[in-house]
Amino acid sequence: MCDKHNGNCFEYVDSGIPKVALNCIVNREEVHTTVDPTMTLLQFLTTELKLFGTKEGCGEGECGACTIIMNGKTVNSCIVLAIEAEGADILTVEGLGRNNELSILQQEFIANDALQCGFCTPGMLMSARELLDRNNDPSDEEIKEALAGNFCRCTGYFPIIDAVKKAAKREREELK
Amino acid sequence: MSDKQYTHIGKRYDRKEAQEKVTGQAIYVHDMELPGMLHAKCLHSPYAHAEIVSIDTSAAKALPGVKAVVTGEDAPYSVGIYMVDKDLIARNKVRYQGEIVAAVAAVDERTAEEAVKLIKVEYKELPAVHTVDESLEGKILVHEDLHTYEHMKGVFFPQAHTNIASWNRTLKGDVKKGFEEADYIVENELSVPAVGHVPMETHVVIAQADPYSDKVKVWSSAQSPFACRQLLAKSLGIKKSDVQVIVPYIGGGFGGKAGIHLEPFVTVLSRAANGRPVKLKATREEEFNLLPTRAGMRSRVKTGVKKDGRITAIEVYHDWDSGAYADYGVNVGKTAVYSGAGPYSIPNVELHSRTLYTNKVFSTAYRGFGHLETHWAIERHMDMIAQKLGMDPYEFRMKNLLRTGETTISGELMYDTTGSPEACLDAVVKEIGWTGRKTEEERQAEIKSGKIRGKGFAMLAKAPAMPSYTSTSAIMQMDEDGHVKIMIGAVDMGQGANTIMAQVAAEELRVPIENVEVLWNVDTDKHPYDWNTVASKYTVMGGNAVRKAARNMITQMKEVAAQVLRCHTDELTHGDGYIYHIHHTHRRVSYTDLSMGYVYENGNGIGGPIISHGVYMASGLTNPHPETGQGRPGLVWTFGAHAVDLEVDIETGEIHIFKIASAFDIGKCINKKMVDGQVFGGVLQGVGSAIIEGYKFSPDGRLLNPSFTDNKIPTAKDIPDEIVPIYIEDPKSAQIDGPYGARGIGEHPMISVPSAIGNALYDALGVNFRKLPLSPENVALAIEKANN
Repeated sequence: MCDKHNGNCFEYVDSGIPKVALNCIVNREEVHTTVDPTMTLLQFLTTELKLFGTKEGCGEGECGACTIIMNGKTVNSCIVLAIEAEGADILTVEGLGRNNELSILQQEFIANDALQCGFCTPGMLMSARELLDRNNDPSDEEIKEALAGNFCRCTGYFPIIDAVKKAAKREREELK
Repeated sequence: MSDKQYTHIGKRYDRKEAQEKVTGQAIYVHDMELPGMLHAKCLHSPYAHAEIVSIDTSAAKALPGVKAVVTGEDAPYSVGIYMVDKDLIARNKVRYQGEIVAAVAAVDERTAEEAVKLIKVEYKELPAVHTVDESLEGKILVHEDLHTYEHMKGVFFPQAHTNIASWNRTLKGDVKKGFEEADYIVENELSVPAVGHVPMETHVVIAQADPYSDKVKVWSSAQSPFACRQLLAKSLGIKKSDVQVIVPYIGGGFGGKAGIHLEPFVTVLSRAANGRPVKLKATREEEFNLLPTRAGMRSRVKTGVKKDGRITAIEVYHDWDSGAYADYGVNVGKTAVYSGAGPYSIPNVELHSRTLYTNKVFSTAYRGFGHLETHWAIERHMDMIAQKLGMDPYEFRMKNLLRTGETTISGELMYDTTGSPEACLDAVVKEIGWTGRKTEEERQAEIKSGKIRGKGFAMLAKAPAMPSYTSTSAIMQMDEDGHVKIMIGAVDMGQGANTIMAQVAAEELRVPIENVEVLWNVDTDKHPYDWNTVASKYTVMGGNAVRKAARNMITQMKEVAAQVLRCHTDELTHGDGYIYHIHHTHRRVSYTDLSMGYVYENGNGIGGPIISHGVYMASGLTNPHPETGQGRPGLVWTFGAHAVDLEVDIETGEIHIFKIASAFDIGKCINKKMVDGQVFGGVLQGVGSAIIEGYKFSPDGRLLNPSFTDNKIPTAKDIPDEIVPIYIEDPKSAQIDGPYGARGIGEHPMISVPSAIGNALYDALGVNFRKLPLSPENVALAIEKANN
């Protein structure tokens, strides 16, 4: 709560516990700041860094909407504390495209209509990204396994699996 | 109707907004922050049915950072789309566990949460109504004052001093005579549990009530901004024109975000907080336990049938467990009056559809609007009739399917252009290679492997459930560069409406698809009216409105061009960005020169900015007759069928689906990529209802599984090996008054998926399942029971 501003500040969370330093890299940019130690990584990314691409679907680490990549591994950012990201290298949906160009994975999500409402899409893209980073030629089963923690209520997953397969093929061919 | 006829209709275009959604640029209400914004949290009832004796909010109010605490006493308003039966915040008593008793607005979520914990409520627990039978018994009433509630008269029929929110009926022919003529009578009881919509974005609202006037501004994840505006104004007793509802991107709806939900009481909170904007984001638990569900249902079906397989009569009781409030539930119930016995020609019908109050989380619209439930009962029942007759279920259905010249149960005459259920059934049966039921010998041979394969199929039919006078509209403006912007009142929540509408406009204006944009952020102050984004109606209704607007835009341009080119408008045509003479094609004026009015070399100007509009109103529809249900409620019927090929593990009860073939008489696919999306997504949602999902309640009426831990939806690992969509696009059976022959498809893929799976399970096991879900546990138990 926020007595110091007469209750008129817009801070999401302020536990009153002294802030802690946080230094990390988010989407290839260095971040040096202090955070409330009780703040989740998802809250930090959205309310502090204003990267609203990452979504909250359940707040309990069950649905995968908040998936981001931290030090090369996917995590549910809603159940990770921001301070756990000290020294980490973080990638969110906003960091997938480079030089004002969509990544191959994003292009294939569009071409295969791997999204409808779009709310699970950022998390889904991050899980797919992590898979392709460790396996450039995944089987259908490996794709399903990698995406099993990301709920989608719209697409029935078929177009998403197609998109990941086609992106893998293009990445193998185009990013040699 | 070959695609050569069209430039844009039938093309597999990418969805228009896809780039924003894969880059994180798409902003949902979840993501929005406004200056001065407060955060809200709610206190929920721990009891299914209890009197509220007292509420003490003093400690919550005293907590620093708390700006408003409201209870039912501060919000003496009621709400309800068809039946005004719900307090914004519970007053006097609570009717389900999870209902809101008080709400807090504070500077941050954590403070609001702390304040909620400081509210003290004293309850006096009351005996509760848990089941359909207890509800029908009526010893305990959920709503003692039902007889006083305002409701839509002549359409819904609340029964005073009972728990029946509406009793709707169909009477056709002479049921008594029909049963007398029958050689066999088959009776069954089937049921489905309540199920959650599970949009990935939970319900969210930001409301701002101007403290100096009645004006209210709401940013909401609402599917239906205009219905939300109307109902918000009505519930708070203010003018509709004082309410502005804005809907940016929304993260899934599936019917759960139609009508009105959190908006009114968040508005009350904003008022209480001196007009500061207040944001309420439902938690996932609230999404399951506070916000409405799909109703549970129990059906009793009795059918008379001749030895040759002709149905002579049917008597149906569909009893809906609508929970504590009627919301859309009564309209779901009403819909069964004209589609609650499947797409069959049945001469004698008596159907009762009763929407019942119980002390559970209430129900609302859900993709399919009651049809998945009624088709579970009817299509499983039809299979069981075929069993009784010793007839192939395909042959039995073929004998009874609706055909041109016959009438539906509500007396609607079928035309060639109403669509063909037969074509759908034929297509799916062929796709799975149906050759008749498995014999006992074949089954015994398979049992040794521990897995048995089965095939089954089911029909489906649905017309939009909407008022007979439903309307929609579109406004179209041309920019200086000849590009066109379209405003509509429907919300694209992923179904692809905006892409489809752009295709319709591009087709009519004969411009590249890139030159047409449908504007997002539907805003009731700026965008033209649409009734509700529900019912699989928008391709037909919106498509017709946009087509008219585009044609009107061409007419406007031709009128100016005729002056410039010194000819009659009849001699002009259009294309490639020009209005031109049909013969002297070089005599032409470009859209760009006409867009803001034509200017002659000497400076004279004629015409003006090109702005057009188009409206579409359903015509020729009637309310069902109050006693017989007869009438014409169906603007457009979409028929379909699913066939399933699966394998069941007789030890674990686990079902593995090899293939689901799904055929729809869609008339015309405007964009097959979008239609495929509806089919893949809808069929899997149907698989969820069939096998995985379902609410569980404790004996005292508490929801036991309000989280993803215990109430999962299908994941990527739960999908069938294959879903094969089949579209019937036969010009003879296409929708003559739909745009380019098109029909709705949004909900249909979900309907009858459980029925087809249930029928395939019978083929595999020789066991008839009558309850959903067909979870491994339930299937294994049924196998064990059958073996004993």
